[in-house]
Amino acid sequence: MTLKTILTGAVMALGLTAAGAQAQDDTTKVGFIYVGPIGDGGWTYEHDQGRLAVEEHFGDQVETVYQESVPEGADAQRAITQMALNGADLIFTTSFGFMDPTLAVAKKFPNVKFEHATGYKTAPNVSTYSARFYEGRAIQGHIAGKMTKSNIVGYIASYPIPEVIRGINAAFIHARKVNPDVEFKIIWAYTWFDPAKEADAATALIEQGADVILQHTDSTAPQAAAEKAGDVVTFGQASDMAEYKPFPRVSSIIDDWKPYYIARTQAVIDGTWTSQQVWDGIGPGMVGIGEITEAVPADVRDEALALKEAIASGEYHPFTGPLKKQDGSDWLADGETADDGTLLGMDFYVEGLNAEIPQ
Amino acid sequence: MKLQLEKRPQPSRRWIYLSPLLAVVITMLVGGALFAALGKNPVEAIATIFWEPLFGEFAFYYRPQLLVKGAPLILIAIGLSLGFRAGIWNIGAEGQYIIGALSGAGVALAFYPLDAWFVFPLMALAGALGGWAWGMIPAVLKLRFGTNEILVSLMLVYVAEQLLAAMALGPMKNPDGMGFPGSRNLQDYPAAHNADLITGSGLHWGVVAALVAVIAAYILLGRHMLGYQIRLSGEAPRAARFAGVKPGLLTLFCLGTSGALAGLAGMFEVSGPAGQVSIDFNVGYGFTAIIVAFLGRLHPVGIALAGLLMALTYIGGEIAQGNLGLPAAAIQMFQGMLLFFLLAVDVLTNYRLRLLRRPEAA
Amino acid sequence: MDLSSINPILLLASIMAASTPILLAAIGELIVERSGVLNLGVEGMMITGAICGFAIAVGTGSPAIGFIGGAVGGALLSLLFALLTQVALANHVASGLALTLFGLGLSSLLGQGYVGVKPPPTPKLDIPVLGDIPLLGPILFSHDLMVYVALALVAGVWAMLKYSRAGLILRAVGENHDAAHALGYKVVRVRIAAIAFGGACAGLGGAYLSLVRVPQWTEGMTAGIGWIALALVVFASWKAGRVLLGAWLFGGVSVLQLNLQAAGVAIPVEYLSMSPYVITILVLVIMSADKSRAPASLGRIFHASQ
Repeated sequence: MTLKTILTGAVMALGLTAAGAQAQDDTTKVGFIYVGPIGDGGWTYEHDQGRLAVEEHFGDQVETVYQESVPEGADAQRAITQMALNGADLIFTTSFGFMDPTLAVAKKFPNVKFEHATGYKTAPNVSTYSARFYEGRAIQGHIAGKMTKSNIVGYIASYPIPEVIRGINAAFIHARKVNPDVEFKIIWAYTWFDPAKEADAATALIEQGADVILQHTDSTAPQAAAEKAGDVVTFGQASDMAEYKPFPRVSSIIDDWKPYYIARTQAVIDGTWTSQQVWDGIGPGMVGIGEITEAVPADVRDEALALKEAIASGEYHPFTGPLKKQDGSDWLADGETADDGTLLGMDFYVEGLNAEIPQ
Repeated sequence: MKLQLEKRPQPSRRWIYLSPLLAVVITMLVGGALFAALGKNPVEAIATIFWEPLFGEFAFYYRPQLLVKGAPLILIAIGLSLGFRAGIWNIGAEGQYIIGALSGAGVALAFYPLDAWFVFPLMALAGALGGWAWGMIPAVLKLRFGTNEILVSLMLVYVAEQLLAAMALGPMKNPDGMGFPGSRNLQDYPAAHNADLITGSGLHWGVVAALVAVIAAYILLGRHMLGYQIRLSGEAPRAARFAGVKPGLLTLFCLGTSGALAGLAGMFEVSGPAGQVSIDFNVGYGFTAIIVAFLGRLHPVGIALAGLLMALTYIGGEIAQGNLGLPAAAIQMFQGMLLFFLLAVDVLTNYRLRLLRRPEAA
Repeated sequence: MDLSSINPILLLASIMAASTPILLAAIGELIVERSGVLNLGVEGMMITGAICGFAIAVGTGSPAIGFIGGAVGGALLSLLFALLTQVALANHVASGLALTLFGLGLSSLLGQGYVGVKPPPTPKLDIPVLGDIPLLGPILFSHDLMVYVALALVAGVWAMLKYSRAGLILRAVGENHDAAHALGYKVVRVRIAAIAFGGACAGLGGAYLSLVRVPQWTEGMTAGIGWIALALVVFASWKAGRVLLGAWLFGGVSVLQLNLQAAGVAIPVEYLSMSPYVITILVLVIMSADKSRAPASLGRIFHASQ
């Protein structure tokens, strides 16, 4: 290949993109910015499933583009800008660390719509969306409290942030409700994704007597550690982790972004998109509860499903008083439910948890 | 018949300039084959990577971004190249970069929200000092105990990374951040913000500093006694000692300078493009800069070009991902190949390929 | 806080298993560095070994063939490094970094079809009699084969360096390549062999991760273990026995901090995670008084005409 052919090729390629820019007027272009590789089997994988669902649902009407493994910070800002420049009409940025870059780019592209996952800052063309994973944690806690024989539940946490603390509290409250003797042992892994470390954490918990493991990290390594131990119950996290069914994985919390992504894309097509702050749970289908397997006794399964129904219909809130904080001070009076503001900034444990939040 | 390498009496001037071009062409061929194997149009993919950021439809945006991406690489690599020339191997620039960012951000957060002109200069000073101090640890240990600076500086990268996580989750956490890790965004604090000097130009203080560093290094190496000593120590350590070079002082100077420049780069990044101290703040500039230093043949101008080339493959690679759906992994491999070939063809600068007709006499 | 919940026997047994990947990678890198070559591409070779081993084990259904595949994959990749540094005389540091970049990319391309696949299980060796010995049994004799392979490799490397002629040549090449060349040793060949051995060991370590420790394929799954292996070689001051000790210490600190957390001890995790590296620097300082230093030719480029 000579330099000349390369240059001709380059000119051709330019022609192609220019043609693409014209063609996109009738199609809607939806972009996705991922923090990890789409092959991570967890967080980013599920977002990409959402993207594929958008493609399938709209067919030729919609074109999707994505960029994976985007570092948070300056690189994110460039990646988002690039999508906006290339004619994206709607851009999903799927990690908390993309918050400030998303807002910065949104300011420059008022006609492009942005959706930022798990953040709290909005703008006229920036929405936020997040899932009430704690609703799923409540159901896991219920099953965990019933299933444990050693009365020790292990919890692999990632970083001490409100989202994770909320999950621990929700699971603990519901485990205690059905089993007053249950104790939680919590390990902070300080990572979202490090299979070897997660395996070590699970092993440490199992060796210290835990026979149920809950995880708020994304790899399947804890499932494998539990399978090796033989009699330890686990739950899938982020994705279904169905390959460990029916045991040790007895159920799971699935991040299901498909309905939301399809709905928001539709809103852009219809021109009805407005800025909003969405925090959806089991009811609207953003949090999925994976199949509860045969390994769970029928009565426990029925109770768990009933709990799921009650939460989905809004009849029951996982944080309903009377509840006290860990230090013994009152938090929620009898029948009172937690407000979203407190939940979003949660930095305390509820009464009964025998641990400290790292500072 | 046998191929043999024969050392040239002097590096070939022709090949100094030709070899990088040759490497880029080989990379295009092999990389093109890779893209074709992945079912993409190779010509289009390679044109996207090399052409689009410079002359494409949106070049007005990407050209400044080349400066933003390239500046920290160049700034760090210039510092490293001084040591590399003298045979002093600092491979812990990533750690010095982190400490520089933490020091600079620490000053800014301490003054927040005071709006005063001296905040930013103080941050720059703190960033440089932080990086310098982190670089002095391997230097002092080498002088006092004879420890290997490659290994100590590498170990200190891990220590710095842990310190970064501790800071992002603890002392530097944004009090208004809903409990999420990460500091306040310095872009929202005008006195500390390392903004574009001309809006949209990508030209922030870090770019200026990189430019100054290139010029200063050029003068130092070409015209200054210290530069002569640095070169001499690397090329002929024993002769250097006779010429009165003090290896201890040189070690302190090289590691200190490269640390300070890496620290500055970190400070400019945290106060500008990145904006905040977060757990994943460092994205490998310190390591990539080592490669840049070598690609630039340890020459200031070469480093500036190599830094920009590296930035080009990053940005072009991102465009190829977005526009053509190339996986990030393919881009990573492509960059790896480019480095391989650039390193490999460098041999032609210093050696001649000779075809031996007779078997070598044993 | 309830420290009694930590079972020291189980803790030691987990440390043995947890330290196996870094042990494998480090013992390979030790040979590489002893020959005077600094290969910073361990992370890239490990993850390439992880996917090669995984893919082959899934394809053949045999973990044993998988492990061999992992070793071959790592060794093949390392030959790229050998080509650069030994034939094209490129700088070791830059070539190693490029190798890591390349390996990370290559592995995720190779692994695209393997996300969410479960590998065939690697059986634990149930060693009769020995496994039933109280205390020692569960700590020493309840592991899978690779744990013992790793230990055997350490012993083999130790004996090779200390007693064999091959070990002597390797050390000669690493200490002073010009003198070794003058003595008629094939410096480049020795180094290429050492690099390939290092690659194979790193590949094995990676395959151990994807087939036993985790066991699954996910992109970037080595998450920095290769870099720790590099630190470990230094910590061990290039001695095989100390690599073993160091692997247990490095693995041990991590496993211990997780156990302490589970037992309810509030510890500053980041500061504890720093400790192995700080200890390594201290060891380097202490070692400087000792005779055992880095191989004198480490990282230097050799060309016969010099």
